[in-house]
Amino acid sequence: MGPLVPEVFSNEFNLIIAFVVGICFGFILEQAGFSSTRKLVGLFYGYDFTVLKVFFTAGVTAMLGVILFSHLGWLDLSLIYINPTFLYSAIIGGLIMGLGFIIGGFCPGTSFCALAIGKIDALAFVIGSAVGVLAFMEGYPLLEGLYKAENWGSITFPQILNISPVLFALTMTLMAIGAFYFTTKIKKKVNKDKTELSKKQIRGIIGFAIVPFIILFYVGITPSWKESIYTQICNEEILQKCNFQKISTDKLAYELVNNYYKINLIDVRTPEEYKEFHLPLAINIPLDSMLNREWSGLFNQDLKKNIFYADTICNANRACIIAKNIGDSDNYILVDGPYTFHNLIFIPTNPGGNSSKEELMTYKFRLQAGNDILELQKKLKNIGSTEKKQVRKVKGGCG
Amino acid sequence: MNERKYMNPYLAGVLLGILLLLTIYITGRGLGASGGVKSFVAGAVKVIVPSHYDNTKFYQQLEAESPGGPFKAWLGLEILGVLIGAFISGAISNRLALKLEKGPRVTNKMRLIAAAIGGFLFGLGALIGRGCTSGAALSGMAVMSLGGILTMFAIFGSAYAVAFFVRKLWIK
Repeated sequence: MGPLVPEVFSNEFNLIIAFVVGICFGFILEQAGFSSTRKLVGLFYGYDFTVLKVFFTAGVTAMLGVILFSHLGWLDLSLIYINPTFLYSAIIGGLIMGLGFIIGGFCPGTSFCALAIGKIDALAFVIGSAVGVLAFMEGYPLLEGLYKAENWGSITFPQILNISPVLFALTMTLMAIGAFYFTTKIKKKVNKDKTELSKKQIRGIIGFAIVPFIILFYVGITPSWKESIYTQICNEEILQKCNFQKISTDKLAYELVNNYYKINLIDVRTPEEYKEFHLPLAINIPLDSMLNREWSGLFNQDLKKNIFYADTICNANRACIIAKNIGDSDNYILVDGPYTFHNLIFIPTNPGGNSSKEELMTYKFRLQAGNDILELQKKLKNIGSTEKKQVRKVKGGCG
Repeated sequence: MNERKYMNPYLAGVLLGILLLLTIYITGRGLGASGGVKSFVAGAVKVIVPSHYDNTKFYQQLEAESPGGPFKAWLGLEILGVLIGAFISGAISNRLALKLEKGPRVTNKMRLIAAAIGGFLFGLGALIGRGCTSGAALSGMAVMSLGGILTMFAIFGSAYAVAFFVRKLWIK
């Protein structure tokens, strides 16, 4: 599941990616004509709408892609950079940039493209923007109030409107297509162009414009990756088919004492339940956060056994389905549940004098194991080996 | 040799959108441009007046975010890539030339001054708005960020509002 940095690609390699992405970015912008300042400002005077077309097509394409990738479970939206909203600075900054755009004829990205192919005015723009950036950084104490005011956090537009992302994307797509239609008419009028589109061209345009609606329709009517897993969880028949390998209380006690470094003991109950009572060395991954990116490594490895326990067998089976949907790992379930384990191992009952040799042996084993586990827990606490892995959210942004 | 025609804008848009999507998929972040300028300017301040750099709050915040300077900053390297990518594109399409592009009624000097003023405003605005057309507007739109989309409307809205008054810069 994406993003691939830093789990799959290292942060160092990410810099190479940045360079390659930049090359593609510059190439596309230049090919689109963004190195020409008169083409860029054309949209404000009605003679050339290239910027609008490229910009909105790109925005809608990427937006639909993000929605689709998240729907298919390829991209974890909670981990990507969502530009934070600082209401005043977002609007005031935008208004100042608009002024800069119409006076200077470039924006920062396009000025670099134009500079690269030898435009002298672009050099003036780049120098100007460096001075502007410097002015902000030097004047930061004066601007800090504005810069930090009305922090709404990493909120999205559909969230604030309280509508689904699909509906929002549909609205943006319709807006973009509407804008393309009207600007084409305006451009014809301004440039006194009287040519008509051929039938073939019209068919091409319709074929192109229909793609976003197909994607949105698909996302709208099919259950997402998460939803489909949760549907399986609620289906009795599928639930019963998914079974972990079973591990008994005594076997787990043995594993904990002798092979604790080869197992992950996973408590899938709620954090509250975990806090109240949990087995030594267990980590807490509540059922509803098992799909989170931070655990994907755990359910996708063959070095350690995962031993689950839950409050009910039903919840254990749910954990099994989720784990299987994430990856291949060696998964077990503590059949007796945590409370039985606790009672048998930590408060074993003496079988008394009349019991068989076997019962006595078991009693002794449990007594010893209970002590060893508590001892181990103390030692491990000191070196902090049960610390949970932190997932860092990707940093990003332009300003 | 003649300059080649520009790419169909919708095709360019789709390609740019796919690039942005892949960037988000791989790195978890979008494209940018003004952030690259920021890293290089801050890097220059660090080299030229290190004592000032060490004693100024904003630079110290930046230093904490990306300690390696512009050549270790994501957007710094991306911007170097943009220069190279655009150069390659210009070379392929025969558009490499030392040139100054301007409106029909504008002198060269006026154009350079206007470009520098525009650049100044854009650089200042991009830092206030936490990103420019690439980082805030386009990348923000891709992830449906409220702030990014508001910035986008503000940029285009203000440019349209002022376009009439500065028309002499661009049209007859």
